[in-house]
Amino acid sequence: MHGLINRAIQCFVTDAYGHEKWVEATRVAELDLVDFEAMMVYDDAMTPRLLDAIARVLDRDRGEMMEDLGTYLVSHPTTEALRRLLRFGGVNFVEFLQSLDDLPDRARLAVSDLHLPRIELREHGTGRYSLVCECPVSGYGHVMMGILRAMADDYGVLALLEHAGSDQGTEVISVSLIETEFAEGRVFDLGARAG
Amino acid sequence: MSAPMTDALDVLCPMHLVLSDTGHIVHAGPTTKKLRPKAVLIGQRFLEVFDLKRPRAISTMTDLRGAAGSKLHLRLRDAPRTEVKGVLVPGPEPGQSIVNLSFGISIVDAVSDYALTSGDFAATDLAVEMLYLVEAKSAAMAASRKLNLRLQGAKIAAEEQAFTDTLTGLKNRRAMDHVMTRYSTWGTQFGLMQIDLDWFKAVNDTLGHAAGDHVLQTVARILVEETRENDTVVRIGGDEFVVLLPMAEEMGDLAAIGARVIARLSAPIPFQGKECRVSASIGVAFYEPAGTYSAAEVLENADVALYASKNAGRAQLSFYEPSMREGEDAEGARRA
Repeated sequence: MHGLINRAIQCFVTDAYGHEKWVEATRVAELDLVDFEAMMVYDDAMTPRLLDAIARVLDRDRGEMMEDLGTYLVSHPTTEALRRLLRFGGVNFVEFLQSLDDLPDRARLAVSDLHLPRIELREHGTGRYSLVCECPVSGYGHVMMGILRAMADDYGVLALLEHAGSDQGTEVISVSLIETEFAEGRVFDLGARAG
Repeated sequence: MSAPMTDALDVLCPMHLVLSDTGHIVHAGPTTKKLRPKAVLIGQRFLEVFDLKRPRAISTMTDLRGAAGSKLHLRLRDAPRTEVKGVLVPGPEPGQSIVNLSFGISIVDAVSDYALTSGDFAATDLAVEMLYLVEAKSAAMAASRKLNLRLQGAKIAAEEQAFTDTLTGLKNRRAMDHVMTRYSTWGTQFGLMQIDLDWFKAVNDTLGHAAGDHVLQTVARILVEETRENDTVVRIGGDEFVVLLPMAEEMGDLAAIGARVIARLSAPIPFQGKECRVSASIGVAFYEPAGTYSAAEVLENADVALYASKNAGRAQLSFYEPSMREGEDAEGARRA
């Protein structure tokens, strides 16, 4: 698994629960390391072990914990650059949803050895979608759900999200748009740069 | 030009201009207008708003129309003097021209200068993808740079360790070779003091290795204290030490340093209620950039001088002289 993904998990635990919890999780997961380097690639087996360990150390449901991770990725100041990159996907939430099909390719444009799982958006009539996520690591659907929830806020959209189950390495999220201009949303200035 | 036509152009290429046969702007696309939000572009002469950088030597509308189809390098005449790329084609009415513009590489500055949004670019335009790439690459580069800095730090720490004698914290032989190569490359004159402890083996044998280690650490501290900041103090092995003294020309200075070292090392070193007694024999040689001896030979010379000190009764300092090598052994060695 790419260091960027492992590093994101590390930042999430450290920012939200503190360094000690993180160190404990790496010990429980028997990682033999404490810090991930963002620009290196690690053994795939480490990541699921790490996620299980974090859930255990924090005494939390793994799915909920992973959803929080998703929310963290687009709403925390540490990861502002990521929120901006996602906002490039579309001028409104619907366009953003449609851009998710391209997400793995976009990621690869930026970092050629970063392979994100495939995502496919299906439309079921006005304002109703389902997002089919390929999940090499179980629970990735929950991370996407957290990301979508935070991005909906970012666009000022009221959306209902539900994890509609998993099947043979895929997880499905159903999305219902209730109100597309629910709130102001956050401004996206093309010319601004994340610090 | 008909309204449906300009409407179509506004969507397909929102950063375009329609020019009359006299070269006046008769229509500006929605994004073109954003370039000069306070000015009225309609009615102005195209060549008075834009400076044509390439192709060169075009000053009239007729010449410009002659360049139809080729790439134009333009720059806005007043600030912000953004550079844009363009292409001109004849319009549907006689004498009319359509100029389409693009930011090209100046896109990054342009979006902030003109507060542009995704909606200001045609749906087919790759400008927003380009901005995405610029940000994504910068973020990836920043992460790589951090990694490089950390690796650099780790490399320095590893080298530091590899150049350090772990028992005493002094430089080791590798470090000494390194420094000597550097001095000879730079042509730096230096004095080389080789120091050997007297009676050290006896301390090790009678009081044990812990006492021996304590003596070596104490000697290291004294050598550092008695030398200058620029000097390099090395433990080259066992109870042998070397001090490199750059720019040391005066024999008197070195003799004084040596005398202080010998005096301090001759004082008993307490260890766990016992006293360790050692002293030091010193041999000194000089490296002259234009001299006859290489840095390695200077080390040998210092060694010869050191043995002269040993043979002369220890606890003293000798300067190397070629005559010390006469008769092979120390019999003919002269004392400093």
